[in-house]
Amino acid sequence: MKPAVELRGITKRFPGVVANKNIELSVATGHVHAVVGENGAGKSTLMKILYGMLRPDEGEIRVNGEKVVFHSPADAIAAGIGMVHQHFMLADNLTVLENVILGSEPRRMFGIDFAAARRRINEISERYGLGVDPDALVEDIGVGERQRVEILKVLYRGARILILDEPTAVLVPQEVEELFRNLRSLVEQGLTIIFISHKLDEVLSVADAITVIRRGETVANVSPKEVTARRLAELMVGSELPSPETGESTVTDEVALEVSGLSLSKDGRPLLDGIDLRIRKGEVVGIAGVEGNGQAELVEAIMGMRPIDSGTIRLLGEDITHWPTLRRRERGIAYIPEDRHRHGLLLDAPLWENRILGHQTRRPNAKGPWIDRAGARRDTQRIVEQYDVRTPGIDVAASALSGGNQQKLIVGREMSGEPVVLIAAHPTRGVDVGAQAAIWDHLRRARAEGLAVLLISADLDELIGLSDTLKVILRGRLVAEFDPSRVTPDELGCAMTGAQEVA
Amino acid sequence: MSVTEAAPPARAAGTAAPSRFRMSWRTLLLGLFGLLVLLSIGRVLTGANDITSGGTFGAALGLAVPIGLAALGGLWSERAGVVNIGLEGMMIFGTWFGAWGALQFGSPWAGVIAGLAGGALGGLLHAIATVTFGVDHIISGVAITMLGQGVTQYLSKLVFEGMPGGGETQSPRVPAPERVSIPGIGEPLQALEAKGWFLLSDLAGLLRGLTQNVSLLTIVAILLVPLSYWLLWRTAFGLRLRSCGERPVAAESLGVNVYFYKYVAVIVSGALAGLGGAFLSLVAAGIYREGQTGGRGFIGLAAMIFGNWRPGGLAGGAALFGFTDALQLRQGGVSVHALLLVIALLLVAFAVYQAVRRRHVRAAVIAAVCALAVFVVFAVTDTVPDQFTSFTPHLATLLVLSLASQRLRMPAADGVPYRRGQAS
Amino acid sequence: MTGFVDRLLGRVPLNGVLAIVAPVLAIVFAALVTSIVLIVTGNPPVDTLLLMVEYGVRPRTLVLTINQATTFYLSAVAVAIGFRMNLFNIGVDGQYRLAALIAAAVGGAVVLPAPLHIALIVVVAVLVGALWAAIAGVLKVTRGVSEVISTIMLNAIATGLGAWLLTQWAVPIAGSNNIGTRPIPESGRVPGFELIPGTTQQVFGFIIVAALVGVGFHVMLNHTRFGFELRATGQSEPAAVASGVNVKRMVVLAMVISGGTAGLVGMPQLLGHSYTYSLDFPAGLGFTGIAIALLGRNHPVGIVFASLLWAFLDNSAQILDLEGIPKEIVTIMQGTIVLSVIVAYELAHRYSQVALQRRVGRELGEVKA
Repeated sequence: MKPAVELRGITKRFPGVVANKNIELSVATGHVHAVVGENGAGKSTLMKILYGMLRPDEGEIRVNGEKVVFHSPADAIAAGIGMVHQHFMLADNLTVLENVILGSEPRRMFGIDFAAARRRINEISERYGLGVDPDALVEDIGVGERQRVEILKVLYRGARILILDEPTAVLVPQEVEELFRNLRSLVEQGLTIIFISHKLDEVLSVADAITVIRRGETVANVSPKEVTARRLAELMVGSELPSPETGESTVTDEVALEVSGLSLSKDGRPLLDGIDLRIRKGEVVGIAGVEGNGQAELVEAIMGMRPIDSGTIRLLGEDITHWPTLRRRERGIAYIPEDRHRHGLLLDAPLWENRILGHQTRRPNAKGPWIDRAGARRDTQRIVEQYDVRTPGIDVAASALSGGNQQKLIVGREMSGEPVVLIAAHPTRGVDVGAQAAIWDHLRRARAEGLAVLLISADLDELIGLSDTLKVILRGRLVAEFDPSRVTPDELGCAMTGAQEVA
Repeated sequence: MSVTEAAPPARAAGTAAPSRFRMSWRTLLLGLFGLLVLLSIGRVLTGANDITSGGTFGAALGLAVPIGLAALGGLWSERAGVVNIGLEGMMIFGTWFGAWGALQFGSPWAGVIAGLAGGALGGLLHAIATVTFGVDHIISGVAITMLGQGVTQYLSKLVFEGMPGGGETQSPRVPAPERVSIPGIGEPLQALEAKGWFLLSDLAGLLRGLTQNVSLLTIVAILLVPLSYWLLWRTAFGLRLRSCGERPVAAESLGVNVYFYKYVAVIVSGALAGLGGAFLSLVAAGIYREGQTGGRGFIGLAAMIFGNWRPGGLAGGAALFGFTDALQLRQGGVSVHALLLVIALLLVAFAVYQAVRRRHVRAAVIAAVCALAVFVVFAVTDTVPDQFTSFTPHLATLLVLSLASQRLRMPAADGVPYRRGQAS
Repeated sequence: MTGFVDRLLGRVPLNGVLAIVAPVLAIVFAALVTSIVLIVTGNPPVDTLLLMVEYGVRPRTLVLTINQATTFYLSAVAVAIGFRMNLFNIGVDGQYRLAALIAAAVGGAVVLPAPLHIALIVVVAVLVGALWAAIAGVLKVTRGVSEVISTIMLNAIATGLGAWLLTQWAVPIAGSNNIGTRPIPESGRVPGFELIPGTTQQVFGFIIVAALVGVGFHVMLNHTRFGFELRATGQSEPAAVASGVNVKRMVVLAMVISGGTAGLVGMPQLLGHSYTYSLDFPAGLGFTGIAIALLGRNHPVGIVFASLLWAFLDNSAQILDLEGIPKEIVTIMQGTIVLSVIVAYELAHRYSQVALQRRVGRELGEVKA
C-alpha cells in the first residue's frame, strides 16, 4: 500500500540559516509515526511545509502516492491533512463551534447554518470519544479539552492524516494516556498520525515508526521495538547526554526566603491558597505542577509583580511583603523569567542595555540617577565571556541571539550583584542542549556558593536532577513533598494531577 | 446584540473567570426607563422644559446618527483587529464629498453615495498603511485625520469658492433627503407634552421626537445597526472577519485570507464614517462647513468602547452622546444647567450601587463627593456659559469612559500588527 | 518579534545610512505626489516648487522659519517624550493653549524685575500644561481610559475653558476687534537678536530655552535611570515590570513631563512677539508637533531637522497665495510626507532586519530553525 505521506529531498532556507536539508520521510497509512529531534532541529519548519504554511525551496511532497504542491493551508486541508498545533490556534472570545467551523462554515440561505454545524460536531465528538461542548466559550475550557477541540477541528474538515506538534507539552501523564487512547481509536478507523515530540518515553510507547531529525537533516528511521530511549537521545543530540544529577548536598541551615500563608485570589477564585515555603541558603527547592496551577502567580507574588490577599514573605528575616519589585531586587532577589522575550529582555535594545535591565539602580550600571554606560558595557563584556554568550558583539540587538545565548545572558546578568535568592522559572525552556548543560552548571555552582534557588519547571528530569527538595503545586496549594533521589516520574504525575492527594 | 445573560460555568483550575457584562432586553428597558424618570425629575425641579421635549429628542436622534455611524465604522474595523483613529478624517471626507456630490448631481442621494465613497477612500488609505505596510494603527489614523483636513481645505478653495453662497470654508446650501413622520400621532403627543405632567409628558416628548420629522437617511442609519449585527455574527463572512480580530493566526491556519478581511473591514469602516459625515453636511446642517465634524469621529470611538464593541451597545452610547449634544445646541445654558442636577442624582445612585451591591467603599465615597460637588455647582449657578456647554459631549465622553472602562473587553488582537506566516 | 512602533518611535537604532535615506526618499515621494496633485488641478508643479524655494531662502523668511521651528521643536519634543513610552499625548494642543493663556494673564497682572518676571510666566505655563496632561495620565492609570481619547476630549474642554477664561480676563486691543489678556510689560518680555544678515527681523530669544530643552531631552533619555526606565517601558512593558519599574508612576510622570514641555510651546510667541494671549493666538501646534515628532523619529536631533523642514514649508507657502495657487497644497504635502515617512521607516527596518540576521548567521555559523 502506498505510504500516506512521503517527503523527498525537502530543503528550506531562511536568511542566515538552513532549517531543513534534504529531508526524507515516509509515513505508512494507519501508522502513528513519530518525528523526534531537539529544539531547533527543524521539526516545526518541516511540519509547516507539510501543512502548506511554508513552501519548500527544493524537494517534493507526495500524499497517497500522488505529487502535491501546497500554496496555503487550504490546499493541505483539501488533501486531507490536518494540523494540531503545539500552541493552540483558538480564539478565546469565540465559542468552540465558531472556532471549529471557521473557514468551512455550513451555509443556509445567506447565513451560517448553526444547527447543521452543531449536529456534525456532536457526531464527530461521539464517534471518537472526544466529549466536546460546541457552545462553550474557548476561554472557559481547560487545556486538555482545548486540545480535543483542535483535533475535532481537523476531523471536521475530513482530515485523514493528522499532524500533532508536541501534543503532550502541556499535558500531565494521565492526560497523555487519554490522548494516546484517542489516537489509537483514530488509527483503528484508518487515519494516519504524524507525531512530533522530544519526549522519548512517550514516543516509544505510542509510535509505530520513528524518524530522527538533527540539525535539519534526517539521521535515522527506526522502529520503536529496535531502539531504547538512550539510543534515541544520542541520535537526536549526536553525543553524550548531559545528566542533571548534582553532587553532595550543599544545604545550610540559614533560611534565605520564607513564605507563610501566601494567598491570592481573583474574581473570588483562589489562585494561591495558603502557601508555606522555606528555602535555605545552598538549597534548590523545585516546584512541579501542571501549567496553570499557581506557579506563575507564586513567582509574581514573590517578585512583587502581583498584589496578594494575605500572607508574608521574608527575605533573610526581613519582612518584604509590601516592598515594590525594585526594592526586592536590590535586596537580593534575582529572577530568570519563564518567558524571556516578554519579561526578560528588550529585544530591540543592544546587549549592554539589556544588562542594565533589572539592575538599573546599582553599580556597575548606574551611579545615583545617572546611567554609567562605560561601566555597563564593561560588565556586559565580562558576562559574555564568563557565560559563553555567543555573539558578534555587545552592541548587537538581543533579538539577534539564539534562545540559548539569550538565556545565558540573562543567567549571567541575574547572577551578578551577588543575589541571595534566585527565582528560576523554566530556565532551560526553548534552549539548545549545550546551553542547557551550561546553565545547569552555573546553577549548581551558585548553589554551592550558598545561593537559594526556587526552581519552577515542566521538565521533570531537570526538577528531579537539580532539586534538593521537591514539592508539587496543585490548584494553588502545595500538596506534596518528595525526595528527588527516590521519586519516580509516575509518582510525581499522580501528585500533579491530584489522582492521589498526598498530604 | 446579545440577549442572553451568561452565568459563568465552573472552570478548571488556573483559568480565570472574567465577569462579563451582558445586557438583557429587560435590563436595557429598565435602565432607559430609569433614565427617563431621572430626567423627568430634573425637569420638574428646575423647570427646564426643553430637556425632555420632542424637539430635543428629535435633535438628539439626528445628532446621534453621525456619532453612531462613526461608532459602527469603528466596530467593523476593530472587530477585524485594526484600530481606526482616522475615523474623524474619513468623516471629514464624507462631509465634503457629500456636499459636493449633492451639488454636482443635484440630488441628496448622490451626495450620500459620494460621501460613502470619500470615506471609503480614506479607509483604503488606512488599510494600505496598516495592513500591507504594517504601520502602527494609531499613527496612521492620526496622519489620515490630518490629511483629511488638509485635502478638504484645498478642495474647498478650488471648488466651492467660485460658487454662489459658497466660500473657501463652506459650500452653498445643499439639497437634503426627505423627512417622514408617523401620521396622526404628532398633534396629540404635542398636546400631551405641553401639559407638563410628570413622566407622561416626557414620554410623549420622547415618542414625538422619535417618530416625527425623521430624515430618511436617519432610518437608513438605524437599519445599518441590526444589519451589521447580522452580517458580523450570523454569516460566514462575519465570523471570518471577527476571527481576524481575535486570533488571526488561527484564521490563517484555516485558510482564511486575513489581509483580505482586514481590507474589507477597514474600507467599510471608512465608508460608514463617510456616511456619518455626509449626514452632517446633508441633513444636520444643510451645508458643508470646515470643521463641522467637531471631534465626532473620536466621540464615536468612545461610544463603541462604551458599547463594549457590540452594535447594540454602541447605539446606546451614540444615543447618550447625541442627547448631550442636542441639549447644548438648543437651550445650551439652561438645559445643561438642569442636566447638572440629573448628573448629581445619577452619581448618587452610582455611589449607592457601589457601596451596597459591590462593596467598593472607596469608589462609593468618591462618587458621593463628586455628586455633592456637582450639586453645589448646580445650586450656586443659574445657567452654564456657552463656552462650557460647547464641550458637554466631550466631557460626557470622558466621564463615561472613566466610569465604564474597566469592565470592557476588546477584540483580542485589536491594534496588533499582523504579518502572514507568524504562526510559531 | 518587534513592533512597528518601536522601530518608528526611534527606540530601535536604524543604522547610519538608512536613518537618513528613509526620510529623504519619503520626502521625494511626497514631492512627487504633490506634483501630481498640482498638475491635476492645473498648476505647474516645478515652477510652484521653485517659487517656494526661492521665497523660502530670503533672509526675512529664514528668520521667520527659525522662529516658527523653535515653537515646533518644543511641541514635537513634548509629543516625543510620550511617544518614547508608547503614550500618545494628542493633548499637547489643549495643554499649550491653556498654559499660554493662564501664563499670559499672570504675566500681565504683575510687575517684577526682569528675570523673575519671565521665570514666573514660564513656570506658570509649565505647571498648567503639566497639570492638564496629568488628568489624562491619572485617568489612564486608575481607570484604564485610553489616553488617545481622553487627551482629545481634554483638548475640547481646554478650548471651551480657555474661551471662557479669556472673556473674564480680557481687555480690548487697540485698533482692532481683537481682545486679549493684559499685555505683558517690558520686564516680562524676552528680547530677540539678529542672527541672519540681510534683515532686521529678529530671532526669538527663547530659542536658547528650546535648545536647552533639546539637550535635556537627550541627556534624560540616554544618561539617566529615569530615561532608561522610560524607554524600557515603551519597548516592553512586561519586561519593565519584571525589572522593577513602577509603570503606573512612569505613565503619570511621563505625561506630566510631556505636558510641562507642552506648556512651553506658546512661550516663544508670547514672550517674543505678541506679549498677550488673544483670540488669534496660533492654534493647532499640537498636531503639528505629532507630525514632526514622527518625522524626526522622536530623536532630539532628528526633530530639529524635521522642525526646520516643516517651518520652511509653512513659510515658503506664503508666496503661493499671491500667485493664485491655493497654499493648502503645502498641507497636502505635509500630510503625504508623514504617511510616506512612516512607511519608509518600516520598509527600511525590515530590510535591515534581514541584513542583520544574515550577518549574525554568517558570523556565528549557527543553525537557527
